[in-house]
Amino acid sequence: MSKSADEIVYGLKREYLAKICAEGSRIDGRKFDETREAIVNTNFVPRAEGSAEVRLGNTRVLVGIKIEQGEPFPDTPNSGILTTNAELLPMASPTFESGPPSEDAIELARVVDRGIRESKMIDLEKLVIKEGEKVWVVFIDMHILDYDGNLIDACSLAAVAALLEAKVPASKIGSEDFPLPINHVPITVTFAKIGSTMVADPNLEEEEVESARLSVATNENGAVVAMQKGLGGSITREDLFSAVDTSIKVGKDIRKRVLGR
Amino acid sequence: MYLDIERKIVLPGEEISLEGMKQGNGIYHDNGKYYSYQMGVIQTYNSYANIIPLSGKYYPVRNDRIIGKVIDIAPSFWIMDIRGPYPGFLHINDTPWKNLDQDLNKILGVGDTVFLKVNEITESRQIWLSLKDAGLRKLEGGHIVMVQPTKVSRIIGKGGSMVNTIKEITGVKIQLGQNGVVWLDGTADKVMVVRNILKYIEKEAHTSGLTDRVKKILEESR
Repeated sequence: MSKSADEIVYGLKREYLAKICAEGSRIDGRKFDETREAIVNTNFVPRAEGSAEVRLGNTRVLVGIKIEQGEPFPDTPNSGILTTNAELLPMASPTFESGPPSEDAIELARVVDRGIRESKMIDLEKLVIKEGEKVWVVFIDMHILDYDGNLIDACSLAAVAALLEAKVPASKIGSEDFPLPINHVPITVTFAKIGSTMVADPNLEEEEVESARLSVATNENGAVVAMQKGLGGSITREDLFSAVDTSIKVGKDIRKRVLGR
Repeated sequence: MYLDIERKIVLPGEEISLEGMKQGNGIYHDNGKYYSYQMGVIQTYNSYANIIPLSGKYYPVRNDRIIGKVIDIAPSFWIMDIRGPYPGFLHINDTPWKNLDQDLNKILGVGDTVFLKVNEITESRQIWLSLKDAGLRKLEGGHIVMVQPTKVSRIIGKGGSMVNTIKEITGVKIQLGQNGVVWLDGTADKVMVVRNILKYIEKEAHTSGLTDRVKKILEESR
């Protein structure tokens, strides 16, 4: 399939971004390890069990949490279920099309899911109503409202913020509503490789020209809980270690400043 | 001549009193009354009242100087994205290069940026572009910024006053395309200043006394 006009990058933009990164500056004046201002607005959808709207610069996403009763998987009879789904709405960007989920939407959902699942953020074993028969199913639905780069970080942050606020509607089965059992708070930070530089929280222009992408999720103890490398470019050992260090540092900052934890 | 209707913001379907001016672009009439097609600002020019839309796509006009991006290559012409309703075509005969049976890809490749003009728009709405005029060329180096095509005349200013002010104070090379594509070349921090000022002009385009305010902001950031 040939690319649409919007997906073809101006060749000189690619050269320019690589040039200024090599000189030590970024297109919007940020430092290499500086992320954009994140604004979290929880309880955005009052009828959902939990929700959060996140603005990361001009990127805007909305995450809703739905918690319903369901049957556990046969191989995990004593564990609740977590499912993640992402929707790239056509109104968010001219390059998003309606229809079945694109590869990007699937990857986005899986990376966000992995950060939450592998960090053991939610204690799924406490979501069992009757072992082997009935458990709580947590749905994380992510909607992209405006796309200006780095959906992974925006969605991860929104999903985590929404889960922290979410209440399990146990009053429906005759007991009391309770907040989701939370063990950890994972924060994902994504890096783009432009030329030979790794920049944190790439915006749309930087994402257009990146040769490789690396997402690192860390928990509050500074442990790496999940990673995803994207695109065809390569990253060096030093890139990887500096990305992990930055991710831990930024994660601490976001946990304290944005989530208040 | 200054009229009350000048610089008034109108909504689609809003009735307009022309105050003796002729019906220009963006205005239709029904039962002897005049209405606006678009959300925009009324401007008068040569006894015509026109509505300049606040936002919109680029509509190519003959002899417009625009910045295009190669999106595909055909046997004897390039297909260019000009941010218009249709792609534009640049034939090898309308360029200074001679096609000595060589691959067009070697002259201009996909993603290359070219400063060109609209040569002709045919009856079937094909847009033919040309590189044969003074100043038209392939753009190399520098950076690309997008603005609303409808705001380009504001960025140029009266007799080029706005764009010349920006060039003088920042020292950044600027090439404006009528289609809202702007090419900037300079140091990273100056390009960022120009980028921000272009966004500012875009936002404040409907207000007056803008050139002086832009000058003040630029001098403060120097």
